[in-house]
Amino acid sequence: MQNILSRLSVWKVIAILILASGAVAAYVRVTQGLGASTNMNDSFPWGLWIGFDVLCGVGLAAGGFTVAAIVYIFNIKRFEPIVRPTILTAFMGYLLVIVGLMFDLGRPFQIWHAIIMWNPRSVMFEVAWCVMLYTTVLALEFSPVVLEKFKMKKTMHVIHKVSVPLIIIGVLLSTLHQSSLGSLFLIVPEKLHGLWYSPYLPVFFYVSAIAVGCAMVIFESFLSSRAFKKGLEMNLLTEIGRVSVVMLAIYTTMKIVDLLDRHALSLLFQPTPETYFYWLEISVGVLLPMVLLSIRKIREHQTGLFASATMMIIGFILNRMNVSITGMEGWAGKSYFPSWMELAITASIVTAGFITFYYAAKYLPIYNHEQHEPAKKELHPYVEDLLSVSQQAN
Amino acid sequence: MATKKAMLIDLTLCVGCNACQDACKIENKLPEGEEHELSSTAYTALNEYNGVYVRRMCQHCVDPTCASVCPVGAFTKTPEGPVLYDESKCIGCRYCMQACPFQVPRYQWTSTYPKVMKCKFCAERQAQGLQPACAEACPTGATTYGNRDELVREAYDRIKAEPEKYVNKVYGVEEVGGTSILYLSSVPFEQLGFKTNLQSTALPMLTWNVLSKIPNVVTVGGVMLYGIWWITNRRKEVEEYEKKQQELERRGNGNNH
Repeated sequence: MQNILSRLSVWKVIAILILASGAVAAYVRVTQGLGASTNMNDSFPWGLWIGFDVLCGVGLAAGGFTVAAIVYIFNIKRFEPIVRPTILTAFMGYLLVIVGLMFDLGRPFQIWHAIIMWNPRSVMFEVAWCVMLYTTVLALEFSPVVLEKFKMKKTMHVIHKVSVPLIIIGVLLSTLHQSSLGSLFLIVPEKLHGLWYSPYLPVFFYVSAIAVGCAMVIFESFLSSRAFKKGLEMNLLTEIGRVSVVMLAIYTTMKIVDLLDRHALSLLFQPTPETYFYWLEISVGVLLPMVLLSIRKIREHQTGLFASATMMIIGFILNRMNVSITGMEGWAGKSYFPSWMELAITASIVTAGFITFYYAAKYLPIYNHEQHEPAKKELHPYVEDLLSVSQQAN
Repeated sequence: MATKKAMLIDLTLCVGCNACQDACKIENKLPEGEEHELSSTAYTALNEYNGVYVRRMCQHCVDPTCASVCPVGAFTKTPEGPVLYDESKCIGCRYCMQACPFQVPRYQWTSTYPKVMKCKFCAERQAQGLQPACAEACPTGATTYGNRDELVREAYDRIKAEPEKYVNKVYGVEEVGGTSILYLSSVPFEQLGFKTNLQSTALPMLTWNVLSKIPNVVTVGGVMLYGIWWITNRRKEVEEYEKKQQELERRGNGNNH
């Protein structure tokens, strides 16, 4: 008994409690339907599961394509050490989306209908295809980790061969997917509050996703450095922090131009709940971290960097919740707050994501993989030719 | 081309007898009982605003938002007018409910295999040459059924004949590109719970403007990314080659000494 107790840390107890409540909630959801388990209703057909699990799950996975593009498309190889954990994080994000959707959809076992019943006019159709295809791409991008573990050299070689087109497809799918989540709300111009509704919603969603993708890389690196008692690549993370300042600056500029464009600046100063939530989102998620991270001392300081990244993530989540919930309340004339069961299921999926990440990082070569780079790298045939010619000349 | 059908609901003639809802519930085999809001058991409902009875139902838009947003195409707009829902296709994402500018579709929240519930404009009755159940049941002529063109003309004629009685607007002619259900009223529509801030062009264009750019994003983006990769990769190769070259030269020089 004593032995068991001593092995249970506080975090484990919390995880077990969350998962247990999630199991109860899942049982109610499956046996009694959405009405009994959620606070959604005819005025509020989309709740926490769309607002958080789907919109944030996809967004927080954005580090995956950003870092993959940096390392493999732009060939900035010094970022290679963070590729694997980032792709694993992205994978967890999509897990959150897919599992969340299975709870949220009224008829989850017909989800495959989107494969054969097409409606190209629908943004949701695009979203469905992006989820399917990009999850596949992520699985392939992650496969070398598993293949390396089980020493399947041949298959690894095949994956390595197609890696560049694979990364390009991944970047394209992510671009479409991140922006299309914003496009989902283009169809509700009269419902969504003027602080958030904009014809540029897809662009805002895309840029903010890249920014928060950077923040997630920093956040995840800090957590794993604590969990696995390993060092931090502070120089790389500081650089990522600098990239996110640029993204936040672009985002802020676009937001201001957009408000000016729509003559909506006055909305910023109206004493309504929407205005307060907007300012909270913008100050915590955009302005504060942008200022903090632009100060070199803070950017190069562990706590400063981690705190700024955390703020960006909170602000990002606030933004997605504001677009999908806060901004819709005025029109619906009703307010919505998730039921404990909605919260429990979401928390359980997130917890499951953390646990999966932990064990994947523990047993798979995520952090300490062989640097199969420079040593015996094969050169381009053209270079080989040149070399042999020059050797002969000598 | 099939003639577009419509219904004209003249709120000034409605006495609130609820015959339309009763007939609707019988026709669609929905549980009995008077309801004042649309619900999963009421495809139409009468609500009172300061003595004015307002009957709500699916507007059967000319270019329906629900049909455009549904990822699996569960909604179809028939040439005659009805917007129909095919529950066998539905995956239950509820984007139709989120997107409908009139907030019409309702959900069976208590079911474990729920479907979206909304007025069918009695498409089956119309196919048999009958008028919708609610129009047939209306004792005062507040709801009339006919060809859309003729009903629009009729509505404007009524306003012209009694301009002091009606507000100068036929709701449904312009809203989100036009609807099959038209309203006349003696009280400004915004006071009766109608959404009057709707744009006059169809909503699906808002998303189509973006969706139609996807092929461009994919081709231009793909070529651009490949181009960037080619340049950066080439640069790396050249760098490596030059390094080797220098090494060879150094070795060559060493041999000469």
